[in-house]
Amino acid sequence: MRVTVIDYKAGNLTSVLKALRYIGAEPVVTDSDLSLLDSAERIVLPGVGHFAATERLDATGLTPAIRAVIARGTPFLGICVGMQWLYANSTEAPQQPGLAHFSAGCTRFAECDQKVPHVGWNSLEVRGDSRLMANVDRGEFVYFTHSFKADVTADTAATTTYIEPFAAAVERDNVMGVQFHPEKSGETGLKILRNFLNWQPKGVAHVD
Amino acid sequence: MLTKRIIACLDVRAGRVVKGVQFVDIIDAGDPAELAARHAREGADEIVLLDITATHEGRQTLLDTVRRTARELFVPFAVGGGIRSARDAEQVFEAGADKISVNSAALSDPNLIEAIGRTFGAQAVVVAIDARRDPGAPDPVRDAQVYVQGGRKPTGRRVVEWAREAESRGAGEILLTSMDSDGTRAGFDCELTAAVSQAVGIPVIASGGAGTVAHFRDVFSAGKADAALAASIFHFGVSSARSLKEELARAGVPVRLPC
Repeated sequence: MRVTVIDYKAGNLTSVLKALRYIGAEPVVTDSDLSLLDSAERIVLPGVGHFAATERLDATGLTPAIRAVIARGTPFLGICVGMQWLYANSTEAPQQPGLAHFSAGCTRFAECDQKVPHVGWNSLEVRGDSRLMANVDRGEFVYFTHSFKADVTADTAATTTYIEPFAAAVERDNVMGVQFHPEKSGETGLKILRNFLNWQPKGVAHVD
Repeated sequence: MLTKRIIACLDVRAGRVVKGVQFVDIIDAGDPAELAARHAREGADEIVLLDITATHEGRQTLLDTVRRTARELFVPFAVGGGIRSARDAEQVFEAGADKISVNSAALSDPNLIEAIGRTFGAQAVVVAIDARRDPGAPDPVRDAQVYVQGGRKPTGRRVVEWAREAESRGAGEILLTSMDSDGTRAGFDCELTAAVSQAVGIPVIASGGAGTVAHFRDVFSAGKADAALAASIFHFGVSSARSLKEELARAGVPVRLPC
């Protein structure tokens, strides 16, 4: 399966590409070539670091192109900052808008006696009938490293608790996101990536 | 619940894992890629590979080793030893590391922390600190002296002050080795670890002195460590990271299980 991985110069793509290849996908990388979005069977938006880096998606014209392929039904997965970008905004870079597929915004963990960033393996509580979290048991562990997060809403597919419960995964229609790093989360992470590849959207309008 | 991490450390020289015995003899402990895969399979939460020779000529061998080790490793993978520039770091990331660890180079040029973090994110920059208690200092623990060049050269820097500076410059984690405890197998330096861990808001990985399962329990409770590193888990009377974690779980430490 052809998976287009979007490179917006936010961190290193090697681990994501390696995990996708390991589970049998054929990842291709683009930082501006819109035709690779149009022809994609799946799209992955990785990203580590600062929300401000997503400005590059606007600068390269990728944002409207992503909006168009999402509207056509192409399955889309955002990872870490790539998930946060699916929301309206983040207090990490208030002037930079997100895609606003999910209407809430991202905020920093509340100040308290616990450390921020949240780094390490933490457990998932799967909610409802998530396709991304199919066959993921309550309490399975995944690897996180982040200081900003989205609150739990109706679209939350799995929650994790650190300081407070937050959205570990989000999904609505063909758009999915994970705050953790499935490419670094052992067998559980690979299972979640396989779920993303195997899920077949219904009623996708194919463009010839 | 966020769990305490057990990190398996591989010391590598010329592409092979080596193990010092009584600080002198070096025995060949195997192939890094095979050992990393085995540790991950047996429950290690993270793998650290340290190039202990870190010579200029050895860089290409190291990059090949990192590439081979990373290929089928799906837990976080950190690499340290001889990273002196943002370009060095970039090559190690491209070879498949998720994090790099800098020590001497960060002390001689602290801007390096920012330079690497700017491109790869703060989470990818681990600042390694080797420290020894300083009996002559006002506070022998908080003012423990920071050393470079594998512990041979004192820098005049104080451990808490340097850890805070590293954090303010964008380090994502601190890897703290107690030189007093290193190699003793008499326990981590919990006081030193707690002093640093409570002084910074980023995770602290404790290193040096592990000998028993109880030592890990202590460094997570009294030492306030977020993670603990073990160069050879098999020296602690357990057969694998998994059995170490099972014993820690029985002692009430939150760990990733099953794994």
